[in-house]
Amino acid sequence: MTKTLSRRGFLTKAAVLGCSAAASPLLTPVTMASAPGDRRLVVIILRGGMDGIDVLRPWGDPHFKALRPNLAADQKNNVQLTDFHGMHKGLKDLMPLWKKGELGFVQATSTPYRDKRSHFDGQDLLEAGTAELAHLGDRTGWLNRMLPHLPGAQERTAFALGREDMLLLTGDAPVSNWSPEVDLTLSAQGLRLLELTMQSDPAMGAAMAEAIALAGSDGDSVTFDIEGEGMRGMMDEMQSDAQAARKGKPHLKIADFAAEQLQQETRIASFSIGGWDTHANQHRGLNTPLKRLSETILQLRDKMGPRIWQQTTVLCMTEFGRTVRENGTKGTDHGTGGTMIMAGGAIKGGRVYGQWSGLGPTDLYQDRDLMPTSDVRTWAAWAMHDSFGIPQSALERDVFAGLDMGSSPGLLL
Amino acid sequence: MFEPEIADIRFGTGLSPSIAPPASVADMLSGLTGPDAMAARFPIESFDEFRPRITAFNLARRTRNKNRGTPVGDKADKERKALVKSARSAYADFFRNALLRRIHTETGLRERLAFFWGDHFTAHGKVMIIKWSTSPYIESAIRPHITGKFEDLLIAAVTHPLMLHYLDQNISIGPNSPAGKRAQKKGQTKGLNENLAREVLELHTLGVGGPYSQDDVRQLAELFTGMTYNKEGAFNFNKNLAEPGAETVLGSAYGSDTAQVEDIHAALRALARHPVTARHIASKLARHFISDTPDPALIAAMETAYLDNDGALMPVYEAMLTHPASWQTTAQNVKLPLDFIATALRALEINDQYLGRTREKELRNALYIPLQIMGQPWEKPTGPDGWPEENNHWITPQFMAARLQWALAAPQALRRTLPDPRAFASAALGNRLPQDVRFAAEAAENRWEGIALVLSSPAFQRQ
Repeated sequence: MTKTLSRRGFLTKAAVLGCSAAASPLLTPVTMASAPGDRRLVVIILRGGMDGIDVLRPWGDPHFKALRPNLAADQKNNVQLTDFHGMHKGLKDLMPLWKKGELGFVQATSTPYRDKRSHFDGQDLLEAGTAELAHLGDRTGWLNRMLPHLPGAQERTAFALGREDMLLLTGDAPVSNWSPEVDLTLSAQGLRLLELTMQSDPAMGAAMAEAIALAGSDGDSVTFDIEGEGMRGMMDEMQSDAQAARKGKPHLKIADFAAEQLQQETRIASFSIGGWDTHANQHRGLNTPLKRLSETILQLRDKMGPRIWQQTTVLCMTEFGRTVRENGTKGTDHGTGGTMIMAGGAIKGGRVYGQWSGLGPTDLYQDRDLMPTSDVRTWAAWAMHDSFGIPQSALERDVFAGLDMGSSPGLLL
Repeated sequence: MFEPEIADIRFGTGLSPSIAPPASVADMLSGLTGPDAMAARFPIESFDEFRPRITAFNLARRTRNKNRGTPVGDKADKERKALVKSARSAYADFFRNALLRRIHTETGLRERLAFFWGDHFTAHGKVMIIKWSTSPYIESAIRPHITGKFEDLLIAAVTHPLMLHYLDQNISIGPNSPAGKRAQKKGQTKGLNENLAREVLELHTLGVGGPYSQDDVRQLAELFTGMTYNKEGAFNFNKNLAEPGAETVLGSAYGSDTAQVEDIHAALRALARHPVTARHIASKLARHFISDTPDPALIAAMETAYLDNDGALMPVYEAMLTHPASWQTTAQNVKLPLDFIATALRALEINDQYLGRTREKELRNALYIPLQIMGQPWEKPTGPDGWPEENNHWITPQFMAARLQWALAAPQALRRTLPDPRAFASAALGNRLPQDVRFAAEAAENRWEGIALVLSSPAFQRQ
């Protein structure tokens, strides 16, 4: 079974252009093989190092309060989840999900990254999913390496969203990239000439062809016939789009676009949310990214609708946790063990996975960080296994080479 | 080897219909050491000129907060708002003038190097008013040093108040310093912050693969304690914050119980002269100007020039500009969005006649926000590692679409009449105008698409 890309967008475009333009390679309608399975996986990279024990608070640990005289001074900023755990109040809007079993956590987990505590290397290692960092330029992302194991996967199966090029989805398997704030407007003749000038540069030409296809598939109309004074109108439109993106909430635009694509052929979407590097005054600073994250998760759920949400797993991962002790500026510094957040109708939520390593004097890593009890890649591996039926052997060999996944934690329903 | 058009395209700010490209490598180099005509013609505030804005804003805000609801408070609030407005408008002028320098310059290499080093030493403000001071920082700490020794540039950037603020050095306190001990007695938790020390090793000098350990980071962070700035936003070495005793960085000891900023300078000079730093700087320059995968012989030549001259930068630039690998005819690197926009404006002669008069709002909509959408918000890279250099970061559907969108709409918004696309194609690409782009410029059904086809062409987008 095949179907044509993006009902509204493409039909509008084809109708305006007529046959000849539609036959041009920049515009060849993308036909879709049926998508692999019905499950969806969304991976959100939390850039900056989320403080895992401020987000998922181990009140049951006797040392917790003493280590954090300001951050854990009281429970005002807290929503209690279990006898042991509380949750930062910045995620309170996700409480209904927790109660329905659509929100869960993994505690004391981390990538294999140790000791240098650099954001950039830490994020690259998280997205590369390897034990050591390959040379720059040789790095690929684990989500990309998973795609060859998805029967029927093609370019539109996986989407990297936002302004950045995500290493997580970089690699040999073709994927789609888009930033939902761009719109294009070009005449049929202009489009043919663009195709001509792009022929000399395959890399740029491929990106441009993809851009033309996506500009027509985001639901906004792509007007190809501009009258003389249309330019002014287009400039205005460009400006108002830009302003909307800036003033509005870019993370919600991304969630909207992701949900739209996930309702169609797309099975995997990935993007990032920044703002977690809370070196100072974390008490205030953590609210903003947490609100962004919870709004994003709720928007995904609402826009994709209950049927798709039931098939969806959202993994929110960060490059490292932070120091268990507060620093001198009411914040925390780069650490090791942290927390992974999971959401979606497909997960067995309402619980905290993973072993707790403790905050006692001998429990810590290098006497400063939470000791990880699991490799965050094992959880991602089981999510891929349970979502798409990828054999454990393939995950341990190709996606996370050398990883021992152990036995199934039963993450998904 | 040297070719005038490549000099302007690859090492400058692009071809201009009215400004001749440099005539030789010697011409390019002497341009760098000659008078800074663009800084004089399109001034940007120095950091010292900018600082009083910060002080006045902080005072007005404090006064307002203490006197809310009273006439004194209302007056302070008005002052505060006026200061914000004035600083924002100054910021728009910095942006405008940074572009005008690229549009009018005869020594484009200076603008490119000021950008390169400003990016290498990325710093920006995280709170009101100071968040608009990146250009003044570059004007004061970077631009005067780009033709000197790397160690002087390093010291100027790393000890600059904006850098101290950006990487939290100003709030780092030696645990055994007088201030640290006092805080401990009072039961306060104040202490060391490793951020700046880490980035100096990882980004500014040795590079992330460099021969340093977590211990070196910690020791350098202890050595750095004491560096802060005063209420006026000027550098201040506060001995009360400094960790006593010597610190050992990469096996050398610096400092004693009497803390002094000279010890920090000594450590920075040693890091600057480290052979691993020489290699890091040489390859970063080569990647920025020439290719993601530069000829190893080119890097080696630059590295040797660096080491033979104690990190003096002019010989390094000379080694780059006299190496054949720098002049390969096929352009490799894709322009960064700022280069793309500025070279387009220069080729279109959207000069001070237009931009000089452009209102703040239009500047914002036609240039500032499009840069954000192309992935390079002006002076605001996401981290202290600055902008990615790799082509594959920039050649993505969304960024290509954003450039095309801008190329279609912005020229007409900024200039009353557009040039003939055929003439424009020749002006923008010179001898390097490909047949297909010439044809597209002729065959376009209207001027703006003709212009956009030239600007979006691979020949224009690569340098």
